[in-house]
Amino acid sequence: MAAKSRHLNKIEPWHDPEERPYVYIENITKDYDGSAAVDEVNLSVYQGELFSLLGKSGCGKSTLLRMLAGFEMPSSGKIYIDGIDMSGIPPYRRPVSMVFQSYALFPHMNVEQNVAFGLKQEKLPRSQINERVDDVLELVQMLDFKKRKPHQLSGGQRQRIALARSLVKRPKLLLLDEPLAALDKKLREKTQLELVNIQEEVGITFIMVSHDQEEAMTMASRIGIMADGRIIQVGTPTEIYEYPNCKYVSNFVGAINMFEGLVVEEEENYAIVRSSVLDDSDIKVEHSASAAIGANVSVAIRPEKVVISKTPLKERNYNCAKGVVQDIIYLGDVSIYHVELANGHIVYSTATNLFRIAERPIQWDDEVYLYWLPENAILLTA
Amino acid sequence: MLLFGYAFMYVPLFCIIALSFNDSRFVTAWSHFSFKWYKALAQNSIMLDAALNSLKIACCTATISVLIGTLAAIAIVRVKRFKGKPFFVGMIAAPLIMPDVVVGLSLLLLFVSMTNLLGWPGEHGILTVTIAHITLSLSYVTAVIQSRLTEMDSSIEEAALDLGATPVKVFFAITIPSISSAIMSGWILSFVLSFDDVVLASFVSGPQSTTLPMVVFSSIRMGLSPQINAMTTIIVSILTVCVAIAGYVIYHSGKKISNKPRQEKKRWQGLM
Repeated sequence: MAAKSRHLNKIEPWHDPEERPYVYIENITKDYDGSAAVDEVNLSVYQGELFSLLGKSGCGKSTLLRMLAGFEMPSSGKIYIDGIDMSGIPPYRRPVSMVFQSYALFPHMNVEQNVAFGLKQEKLPRSQINERVDDVLELVQMLDFKKRKPHQLSGGQRQRIALARSLVKRPKLLLLDEPLAALDKKLREKTQLELVNIQEEVGITFIMVSHDQEEAMTMASRIGIMADGRIIQVGTPTEIYEYPNCKYVSNFVGAINMFEGLVVEEEENYAIVRSSVLDDSDIKVEHSASAAIGANVSVAIRPEKVVISKTPLKERNYNCAKGVVQDIIYLGDVSIYHVELANGHIVYSTATNLFRIAERPIQWDDEVYLYWLPENAILLTA
Repeated sequence: MLLFGYAFMYVPLFCIIALSFNDSRFVTAWSHFSFKWYKALAQNSIMLDAALNSLKIACCTATISVLIGTLAAIAIVRVKRFKGKPFFVGMIAAPLIMPDVVVGLSLLLLFVSMTNLLGWPGEHGILTVTIAHITLSLSYVTAVIQSRLTEMDSSIEEAALDLGATPVKVFFAITIPSISSAIMSGWILSFVLSFDDVVLASFVSGPQSTTLPMVVFSSIRMGLSPQINAMTTIIVSILTVCVAIAGYVIYHSGKKISNKPRQEKKRWQGLM
């Protein structure tokens, strides 16, 4: 799922205590009129990573990115890039480049002039500028469009030029602010993969801001989930999806069934939770987080890990429920079944469409049995 | 109805243009075609001097208004911590609604008392008329440039900073070219405003600085000469060309602005 860049020095440098972070954000806070847009954020990003900051709009992810670029100054805290403290360094002296959401191409310049702009500021000789511009345009496959003006390009083409214009500077760090948000779905999916390939080819560390969890899952080596100005979980896409550390993350990334309940039994590697939602069964969940008996907890289970069947599974006294199919959402490859339990609670189950829709074994208003494995559920205390 | 409205606006103009090629010495009665009045106009030194004055004043006014107006617009749009901004914005727009007679009279009083106190600007002439015209056109120019700056995606300036250009470099390489169309149309607008002003000029001009509209206006009282028709035709032609250029420039900049990417709404699939 996650694209593993071959420029990462190690497969997972974040697990190595010896590895020095390439971008180190230390206790950054940004106040706007008394309220914190970014609140005491600490973050380490390693060389060659494609790190994604994921969160809803207004969670502070763009402000954090703008502080990395130098457009905003932090109220407190420090940013180190490649070991150098960035405090007080203006944007035009930072080894950082940014791809804007609006692409921000210069409308009065053609593609070639746009891409050459950054190199001209470095006062490089003409021949070298031309060479590097051609190289980067070839990389983004836009060499044939050198003389076009930005308004003569499509959205996807502008996105490539914006990327080329930043890459040509060979920055130590490339920041991308929702780089694909303005593209339509098909093009976005194609561009996601291209962007990952380009990142692998140039080996530059990318930090990307996104509100689209699919996009972050597809592209990022690691994801940082942000809410209310704080980073609440950092992990690989798999970790974020399979082991969310709180209710917010589990709800934000993908769909989930959530059962609130009390811990009634606690063993070394599993816990039993009694929930008012499930009438005739307790929930058994394998866990790493410890929860005391009597504690209020939530158990989360992904819809695709809930097995749906018309026949009762073999006798069990936990993790099972009986209900009626209230709705089926057909998505082509999979269907999402909304199963209403006797007490009115809805449980979602996703199943692959093994049969054509007419022959589908489970139909509306069918009585069905749901079941899931203890190791697939997540125990959440926050 | 619409046609009637248009007719009301344009038929008189066409009459004047047609009559300027009239041979008769009466302004309104057609005899036959000739360039007689254009020739007479070419020898009329009062008219020509006045035209030259008007041209000088209009050029100076337009250039200075654009310089000050650009700076004012940037201050209004870009300076974030700007105490009393609404007051300043209101003040710069006030001349738009102020009657010319009031502005003219107050400027006249100002110039007279300043001359008494400071010995400047002394005798009224091209300088005083230019100052008066700048006060008039500055608000228009600022409004035009301000609206263009507001529309402009400020991230393109940030992008330039990000690519290593210093703020001064960004201003000249990015900001100015991006608003150049507004600067152009502002220049033409204030040129036209200055060129056909008669009220302000009547108040603050001196004996050596009679402008063309003033001459035309006063000659009506002396008795109309068909030379006026010829002059009017020339002015109308020049203004038409100016307005056409301004319109063309504005239209083309409008096309460029519209290249902002469309924002697509995010659709969740299923129950994500």
